[in-house]
Amino acid sequence: MGAWIMAGVTFREAARRKILWTAFLAGLAFLALFGTGMHFQAEHFTRASLPPFVRYQVLSTMLQVGFYAVDLLAVVMTILTSVDVLSGEIASGTIQAIATKPISRWQVLIGKWVGFAGMVAAYVAAMFGGVTAVGYFIGGVLPRHALVSALLVLLECLLVLTITFMFGTWFSTLANGVIVLGLHGLAFIGGWIEQIGAATDTPRLVTVGVVSSLIMPSEAIWRRASFEMQSSFARSFRFSPFSEASAPSLAMVEYAIAYLLVALIIAVYHFDQRDL
Amino acid sequence: MFLGLVKPSDGQALVLGVPTGDVEIRRKIGFLPEDFRFYTWLTASELLNLHGRLCGMTTARLRERVPALLDLVGLTPHREKRLREFSKGMLQRIGLAQALIHEPELIFLDEPTSGLDPMGRRLVRDVIRAQRDRGATVFLNSHLLSEVEITCDHVVFMKEGEVVASRDLRALPHGEIRVSARVRNFPPKAVAELARWSTNAQLDGERLTLATGSTEVLPDILRHLVAAGADVFEFAPEKLSLEDLFLKIMGEDRGL
Repeated sequence: MGAWIMAGVTFREAARRKILWTAFLAGLAFLALFGTGMHFQAEHFTRASLPPFVRYQVLSTMLQVGFYAVDLLAVVMTILTSVDVLSGEIASGTIQAIATKPISRWQVLIGKWVGFAGMVAAYVAAMFGGVTAVGYFIGGVLPRHALVSALLVLLECLLVLTITFMFGTWFSTLANGVIVLGLHGLAFIGGWIEQIGAATDTPRLVTVGVVSSLIMPSEAIWRRASFEMQSSFARSFRFSPFSEASAPSLAMVEYAIAYLLVALIIAVYHFDQRDL
Repeated sequence: MFLGLVKPSDGQALVLGVPTGDVEIRRKIGFLPEDFRFYTWLTASELLNLHGRLCGMTTARLRERVPALLDLVGLTPHREKRLREFSKGMLQRIGLAQALIHEPELIFLDEPTSGLDPMGRRLVRDVIRAQRDRGATVFLNSHLLSEVEITCDHVVFMKEGEVVASRDLRALPHGEIRVSARVRNFPPKAVAELARWSTNAQLDGERLTLATGSTEVLPDILRHLVAAGADVFEFAPEKLSLEDLFLKIMGEDRGL
C-alpha cells in the first residue's frame, strides 16, 4: 500500500512539476521535425521515380535514425528526471518526513521506482508509437518487431533508472549524474568498439566491447532492439551505426534483466541500511 | 534514532515498548523535523492527505481530520496554496499539522518554534499543551529555553549525545533557587534533614550549598540551620532561570 502511495505521488510530481509535459513537448517537436524530414524524402523519391527497393531501404534507414534518437532521448530523460530523486531528497532532508511514517524504506524506494518506471514507459510508448506512425503514414515503412524493440528500449531505460537509483543511495546528485552518464558513455563506446571489431574480424576488440557491455549493458540492449527492427537486407550490411554487425544475443538481454534486478536489490538494501 | 532515521552504532533502545526502527510502531509516533521540507508542489491540504494516507488513515477519517488540523494551525485560508508559496513560519505550522495528523501517542518536535513569530510560538505552545492534555507525550527539542520553561514538565540537558542533567520543571514552577551559605558548627547529620525543603544539599567545610524550588521555604531552612546550632555568617539565595541552569551545566560556550 505504501509503495503504491509513493508511486502515485512520484507520478503526480512529474506531472505537476511539468517534467513529463516538457519531455512530451520536446518529443512532439522531435516528431514534427522527423515527420517533415521523412515527408520531403518520400516526396523526393516519388518525383525521382527511384526503384521501390531503394526507396524502402533509405526510408527504413531514416526510420532507424528516428528510433536511435528516441532511444537517446528516452535514456537522457530517464537520467535527468531521476538523478535527483533519492540523493536530492536525502541531502535536503525531504526524505525524513516520509521515512518516519509507518512504511518500510523498501516501499519508499520501490514506490518511487514504479512511479518513474510508469513515466518512462509512457514516454517510450508515445515516442515509439509516434516514430512508427510517421514511418508508416508518411514514409510507408514499418520496422520489424516494433513491439519487441520498444520493450527492449524500455528495458534499457529501466536499467539506467535502476542504476541511477542505486547510486543515488550513495552519492550526491551531481556525482550520481556523472557516474551514470559515464557508465552509459562507457557502454556506448564499448558497443562501437565491438561493432568495429566484428566488422574487421578483430576478436580482441569484440572482447573489449563485450566486457564493456557486461559492465553496463544499456547500449547492448539498444543494439539488440535495433537488430530486431531491421530488415534482413539491412542486417547484411557489415558496418553502419544502424545495422548491427554484431548483434547482442538473447543471453545479453537476460543478463541485463538480472543486472537490473541485482541493482534494484542493492539499491533497496543500501537505502534501508543507511542513515537518513 | 527513535524514529529509525539513524541506526545505533551499538546497543538497543525501546520506543513505546518495541525496538527502535520498528515500522508499525510509527503509527503511534508523530515527527516534525527541525528544517521541515516537503514536496513544494503540493498544496497544504494535499500534504496532510498524503501524510495521513502514509499513516494508514481512511479517506473518511482524513476528510474530518485535515480541515480540523488546518484550522488548528491557522492555515485554513491557505489550504489550497502550494507549499512553495509558504513562508518559513507557515511551513513550520503545516509541518506541525502533519506530525499530528494521525493523533500519535508520542510526538517528537525538533525546534518547532524556529522561524515563528510570537503569535506562532504561542500557537505551538497551545498545541503542545492540548496534545499533553489528551494524553500524548511530547518530546520538544529546542535551544529556546524560555519556550521549554513555559511548555515542558520535564527537561533533560544533553551534551555530546549524553544526558548531563535532568529537572522536573513541575517541581520548579518559579525556576530553581540555589542557596550558598557560610556556616560553622553545623552538624553533618542535620544536612540530611535539609531534604525536607531542598535538593542536593552539600556541606564542604563551612560552605553549605543547596537547591530549592521556592523562595517560600527559605525562612524554614534558615530556622533549621540556627536550631541545629549553626553559626550563620552568610545566606545567599540565587534564582536561576533554565537558561542560567543550562549555562551552569554546560559550562562555557565552546561553539557547540
